Amino acid sequence: MSASPVFSAAASGRPFIFSPPSSLRANAEKMGKKTSEILSYVGASRKFAAQLAAIIPASHIDVRPAPEMVSSGIPQLDSLTGGFARGCLTEICGTASSGRTSVLLFALARATQRGEVCALVDTSDAFDPASAAAAGMEMNRLLWVRCEDKYPPHRDTPSSSSVRNRDYGNLSQWKNPEVRRWESQLAQMLKVTDLLLQSNGFGMIALDLGNIPVQSARRIPLASWFRFRRVIEHTPTVLLALEQQPIAGSCSSALLRVSAVQANRELRKSELPHSELLDQFEITVELLRSRFGQKIERKMERKPVQSTACFKSRATWAG
Amino acid sequence: MFACIFIPDFPAQALIRVEPSLRTCSVAVLSGRPPLEKVVALNERARQTGVEIGATKSRLEAWANLVLRPRSESQETSAHVALLDCAQSFSPEIEDTSPGVVLLNLAGLESLLGSPPDVARDLSQRVAQMELEPNIAVAANPDAALLAARGFSGMTLIPEGREAERLGDLPVDVLLEGFSSDAAEAARWAETFDRWGIRKLRAFAALPEVPLSERLGQQGLHLQKLARGAALRDLRVLEQKLTFSESVELEYPIVLLEPLAFLLNRMLEQLCTQLRARALAVQELQLTLELAMTQSNSYRSASCTSSSSFTRMLRLPTPMLNEKTFLKLLQLDLQAHPPGAPIVKIRLSAEAARPRALQSGLFQPVFPEPEKLELTLARIAGIVGDGRVGSVELLDTHREGAFAIRHFAPIEAASTELKVKRPGSRKKKDMSLPENNGACELKENLEENLEETAKEKMSVVIALRLFRPALGASVIVREAKPVRMQCSQRPEIAGDIVWTAGPWRSSGDWSEQEGWSREEWDIAVAAEDGLVLYRLVQDKLDSKWFVEGMYD
Repeated sequence: MSASPVFSAAASGRPFIFSPPSSLRANAEKMGKKTSEILSYVGASRKFAAQLAAIIPASHIDVRPAPEMVSSGIPQLDSLTGGFARGCLTEICGTASSGRTSVLLFALARATQRGEVCALVDTSDAFDPASAAAAGMEMNRLLWVRCEDKYPPHRDTPSSSSVRNRDYGNLSQWKNPEVRRWESQLAQMLKVTDLLLQSNGFGMIALDLGNIPVQSARRIPLASWFRFRRVIEHTPTVLLALEQQPIAGSCSSALLRVSAVQANRELRKSELPHSELLDQFEITVELLRSRFGQKIERKMERKPVQSTACFKSRATWAG
Repeated sequence: MFACIFIPDFPAQALIRVEPSLRTCSVAVLSGRPPLEKVVALNERARQTGVEIGATKSRLEAWANLVLRPRSESQETSAHVALLDCAQSFSPEIEDTSPGVVLLNLAGLESLLGSPPDVARDLSQRVAQMELEPNIAVAANPDAALLAARGFSGMTLIPEGREAERLGDLPVDVLLEGFSSDAAEAARWAETFDRWGIRKLRAFAALPEVPLSERLGQQGLHLQKLARGAALRDLRVLEQKLTFSESVELEYPIVLLEPLAFLLNRMLEQLCTQLRARALAVQELQLTLELAMTQSNSYRSASCTSSSSFTRMLRLPTPMLNEKTFLKLLQLDLQAHPPGAPIVKIRLSAEAARPRALQSGLFQPVFPEPEKLELTLARIAGIVGDGRVGSVELLDTHREGAFAIRHFAPIEAASTELKVKRPGSRKKKDMSLPENNGACELKENLEENLEETAKEKMSVVIALRLFRPALGASVIVREAKPVRMQCSQRPEIAGDIVWTAGPWRSSGDWSEQEGWSREEWDIAVAAEDGLVLYRLVQDKLDSKWFVEGMYD
C-alpha cells in the first residue's frame, strides 16, 4: 500500500474533487486506469478501484470552481459584476468625489446587516462614522482600524518656521516628509491587513487607500498583494481595496472604476440646487477587468468590453 | 468520614510550586532578620544531605549544592488559597486548619465521588496537579485524619474503630505539632513525655485516665483522646469567598519582560487549573505589579527605595480559559504600557464567570473566534496605538464628528435574523388557518410591497471623507458666499468655488468651556479630473475657515 502514489497523495493532504465534468472525462479515465493498475497490484477490490477511478487530484483540473459571489447591495452593480467574490481581492478605484467611498461604505453596511463581521483599515483616517450610520451600517459589527499618522504635517518639518530658524547640520532626515508619512501609514496598513486576514472569520475587509497618492500607493510591493490573495483564497472573506488608481495588478480578481462624470457635467451646465446635487449624485461604475462571472468558460483573465452601471445616491439628510 | 490534606514542608513546597526547576535541587527556606536567618523548612533532598531545621545561614555554607530561598508569605498564601479551592471542589464542608492543612467532611459524598479510597486518590491527583506533594489521610474523625496525615506520607486510610491501632506507631512529636503557635508549651509537653519515657502514641494512649488527669489535667486527657483517635468534634466550616489569585514575591527585581513572561506563564497555569477544576472561565484579569522606585536624596547623597503599584486590567468580551492567550495578551499589553521600574512583586487575580456556551447555526455567517480576535486586536493596537482600533459609537450630541471608540466585541447574528424561507412553511400556515386564506394572502402581499419599498429606499448614501484634523483654509467671500479657497497644508485643494450651498448654522455647549458655533457650506471646486465636492466650515467663535471633508 505504501508504494501506491494514490495513497501517498491522499496522505500528503492533496485535495481531490469527485465527479469530474464531462470535458475532463478522458483525463479522468486515463488517471483511473493508472489507479486501477496500482490497486490491482496491491490487491485491492475492483469495486473500490472503480470508486477511486473517479477521483482526480485538484492540481490536474484545468477549470477551478467559481467563487461564491456576495451582493454589494447595489442591484445595478450586482447585475454588472455578479457581486463581490468571496476569497478574492476586488479593487475599487476612482478620483476624488467620484462616489467610490459611498460604494465601499454601502457594501460594508450590507455585509454587516447580513450578520457578517467586517473590518475597515483606514489608512488615512478618513472614515466618517455619521456617513456609515446613514448608510445603515451596524456599527458593532465593524472593526475600524485607524492607522496612526506618525509624521503629521503640523509637527516640526522643514516647512514650519521653528525648524527653518534652527541650524540643522543634516537635513536629509527631513527629506520628503509627506512621502515618509504615507509610507509609515502604508506599512501599518500592510501589517494590520496581514493580521486581520490570518485571524479568519471576517466577512469583508476593506482597505481604504483613497487619500494615498498614487506614487506612494504603487510602492506597495506586488508580493504583498500576492500574499493577501493567497491568504484569502478558500476563505469566505471579501477583500476590497479602495484607491485612486489600480495598484494590485493581476492579484485582484475584479477591477471597478467609479466616476461621477455625468453629475459633474450637469453641475457645470447650470446652478443645481443643493437637494438635486447631493441627493441625486449619479455614480457610474465601470468593470475594467474580471477573472470570473459570465466569462468563466474562457478560463483566462482578460480585459472585457467595458461595461458600466449607473445608479444614484441620496444625501445623508434625505432620510 | 473525614479527609485531611497535609502539605509537608509547606514553605518549601510553596516556593517549589512557583519554581518547578527547584524540584531536583536541595532547597532550604530561611526566615529571620539577617544575619540571624535560620532554616524553617527544607525539602526531602535537603534533609537527606543532612540539613536540619533551625540551622543558621552561616552553617549552611558548608553545603555546596544547597539552594537557599527566603520565606515568601505571599507564595504560601497563594498555595494555601489554591489548596482550599481544591478542597472546596470536593466537599462543601472544609476547615482551614492551618497553612498547608485542610480538613474535608466526606459524609454523604459516596454516591457522588465514590468510596473513601477513590476520593483520597482523586484528592492526591488534584493536589499533585497544583505542583504540591500532599499527604492524604481518611479517618472517621477529623483529628485522627489530621494526625495520620502528619505522621504517614502518601495516602492513609484508617477504618472506623481502628484509629488507636494505626495511630499507635506514630511518635508523640506528631501530637505536639498542634502546638506550633506556642513553642514554649510544646517544649514543656515534650519534656514531660521525655521524662516519662513515652516515645510513641501507643504508650501514651495506654496510660490510665484518672492518674493522667491528676497529673496533666484536662489538657492531658484531651491529648490522650487524640492519641487514641477518639476525639470527636465538628469542623469549623470555612465559608470562603470565591477569589482566584496568584502572587509571587521576587528575590531580585525584574527589569525585562521576558523573565516576567516566564513567571506570568507559571501563574496563569496555576490560575487556570483552579478555574478549570470549578468549571469556570476568566472574565477579567487584573495584573498588579509592585515596583521598586528608587528616589535619590540630593541633600544626603543617598538613595532610598520605596514601592508603588502598577495595575493593568484585561477585560475580555467573552469568558475564556486559555493560558496561552492570556499570556500573549498580557505580553502585548505590557509592551504597549511598560511598568517603567523594576518589578519586585507580581499579583494576578481573575474574576470568574461561567464559560461561553456556543452552538453556531448551520446558516449563520462566519464569525471570528473570540480568543483569536482578542489577540489580533491586541496586536493591532500595538501597531496603530491604543484607542485607534475598535467599534464606533456615535455620541448623542449635535456636535459634528462626535464619536467614541469602544472595544470591539461583535455580537453574533441571532438565527431569527436570518430569513430563510422554508418550502413547507406556507403550506403549514394554510393548513392551520383554512378559513383565513384570503386574509393571509393580502397580508403577505402587503409585506412583500413593504419589503420592495424598503429596498428602493436602500440606495447608496453619499459619504464624506474627513480630513483629521480639519485643514485650515483661506477663503475669499463675496456677497456673503465663499467664492475662492486655498488650503496651505494641501496645495491641491485650491481653486474657484463653482457651486455653493449653505450655510447651515449650528452651535452647542454654549454653557460649557468647549462651546462651539459653526457654519457649514457644501462647495464644488474645479479640479483636473472634474469637480470635487468639499464641506467647508467656518468656526464662528474665531472666524477661521476649515475644509472638514470631501464628499466621495
